[in-house]
Amino acid sequence: MWNLIHEHLNDLVAVALFVIGFGDLLFQKNMIKKIIGLNIMDTAVYLLLASQGYIEGRKAPIVVDGVRDAAAYINPIPSGLVLTGIVVSVSVTALLLSLTIRMYRKYHSLDLDYCLMMARHEDKVNG
Amino acid sequence: MEFIRNFPFFSIMLCMFCAIICSVLRRKAAQYFTLAVLFTVMILSGALLYNTYNDGGSFVYYMGHFPAPWGNEIRGGCLEAIFALFISTVAFLSVLAGGKAIEYDIEDKKENLFFILVCLMTSSLLAMCYTNDLFTGYVFIEINTIAGCGLIMVRQIGKSIVTAVRYMVISMLGSGLFLIGVTLLYTLTGHLLMSNIQESVSELIRTGDYGMQLTIVIGLMTVGLAIKAGLFPFHLWIPDAYGQSNVISSSLLSSTVSKGYIFLLIKIYFRTLGLEAIEKSGVLNVCFALGIVAMIMGSVLALNEKSFRRMIAFSSIAQIGYIFMGIGIGTKEAVTAAIFHIFAHGLTKSLLFISSSEFTEGSHSKSIDDLKSLGYKYRYSALCYSIGAFSIVGFPLLGGFISKLLLGGAALGHGPMQWIALLALAVSTILNAVYFLRTVVYLFIPKEHVDENNKSADHGDHDIITERAKNNEMEKSEKLLQLPGMHCPRYVFGITVLVLLNFLLGLCSGPIIDIIEQGLGIFD
Repeated sequence: MWNLIHEHLNDLVAVALFVIGFGDLLFQKNMIKKIIGLNIMDTAVYLLLASQGYIEGRKAPIVVDGVRDAAAYINPIPSGLVLTGIVVSVSVTALLLSLTIRMYRKYHSLDLDYCLMMARHEDKVNG
Repeated sequence: MEFIRNFPFFSIMLCMFCAIICSVLRRKAAQYFTLAVLFTVMILSGALLYNTYNDGGSFVYYMGHFPAPWGNEIRGGCLEAIFALFISTVAFLSVLAGGKAIEYDIEDKKENLFFILVCLMTSSLLAMCYTNDLFTGYVFIEINTIAGCGLIMVRQIGKSIVTAVRYMVISMLGSGLFLIGVTLLYTLTGHLLMSNIQESVSELIRTGDYGMQLTIVIGLMTVGLAIKAGLFPFHLWIPDAYGQSNVISSSLLSSTVSKGYIFLLIKIYFRTLGLEAIEKSGVLNVCFALGIVAMIMGSVLALNEKSFRRMIAFSSIAQIGYIFMGIGIGTKEAVTAAIFHIFAHGLTKSLLFISSSEFTEGSHSKSIDDLKSLGYKYRYSALCYSIGAFSIVGFPLLGGFISKLLLGGAALGHGPMQWIALLALAVSTILNAVYFLRTVVYLFIPKEHVDENNKSADHGDHDIITERAKNNEMEKSEKLLQLPGMHCPRYVFGITVLVLLNFLLGLCSGPIIDIIEQGLGIFD
């Protein structure tokens, strides 16, 4: 049992982080906490990808000292995916933060439910 | 033929570069440039469709000439081509017909930014449609989400910001699930290209390994894309998003963006994982059940809605239910029907959103009750709106009828499933008829009738002065009504073409069904 946990520690941590992040993004009312949840969720995926791509005792696939055997290196694709994923998550986070700023300027609150209520009220008043 | 294989790449890149160039153009120039690019993409997709259909096969295009396991690939077949043609046509006609609305919805000197979003959205949809690589699919899903978020909040009012935030949050949940699904699938199969994954998955099924993990992957991807497409329990963002934003945005979001995700899901089901794995996992039953619930609940919610545009948005939820029901039945006929419904619904919904804009802009009211006798004022829009409404309800001669017929026919012969499907189709059609025909009837209530009703409502202790004041006010508001108006030649042309396309889907459905069937046939 302990061995199994030790062997899959990365995966277990990744799943736990994913669940925490997903829950945060779904259930938190505060926008900043939601965005933090989003980042935790994305990080969990990167951890999973990076740990799946890593093979004990092998190096990053950059030929330095003339070793051309593929068995000496790890698979570069997961690392590439992590980098792409980071770029995506940075841009999405930036967009969400800027939206949050706009929302705060308008309603003076970070609470999404409250802002939604205010917006609906505003809508009703205006007809 | 060899040169035509570049067309998918050209269309994606044309839209991308157009988005970049639009950022430095003035507003009119940006609009015309976008229109020109969308028209070019339409022609390119049409040429590709003609070629692939006659050719009968599909091709794989290596991006940067790196062969299979290393490079990124684009795949072109007639199904992809017709979907690209659909996207570009709807985008072109929406921008053409709704162009006037931009002038009073968007701040001065920022109109070109709107066209960046339109181009970005079209290009990401095209990429999602053509790509043969799951991770590329994920990246373009995110680009599409960002563009969609921008499209929702083009009107800088408070509610649209909150709506955009909510849309982003819900979309992020969906793309997070999809991303982890892709990651797990990669660890299972070691591939990201759809055709390679299919080989590995069929190998896995043959040996019986990792059955549980495959089910989890399928579940995660399905839920992720269903959230983004707005299937029933995840529909909360739809009414606000479609009901609040600019006409072009609503039309594009409802008829193309949500359909892009569904198309990707179909590609994942039938091309990446293969029908065998999907059937084994039982996810099709979930799609079927959620589709049925969405068909009924979307219509019930639309029935209760007071606001006009929100009502049309709720009807979108019901129509997405139809598509998922078709996918859930899982046979080739049913998926053909589902894809046909994607086209029929897309063309109808954009027609409805655009033609309804004249009533809502003209009467300065969003309420359905204020539609009364507007049909006499905006005759042409009312006529086109009615045709769209008839198509959604499923009148013969129009696209909606054929898709309902196909869905019903595909459901036949599936044991207890067929009764549920047929019953849901019948109930949903009746509800559709009730709420859509109600608006059509409201539009064509004779004017005198409404005036009389108003008079009898407040008759009694009002003297001549208030009467006169009221008349004055009425005149003023009449003048105000005439100020904005969507009416201009391009608007008329745009909605006329949309109406004709609806008739085309209804009258010449044969060739289109042929194309879809052929495209599905060469999917594996």
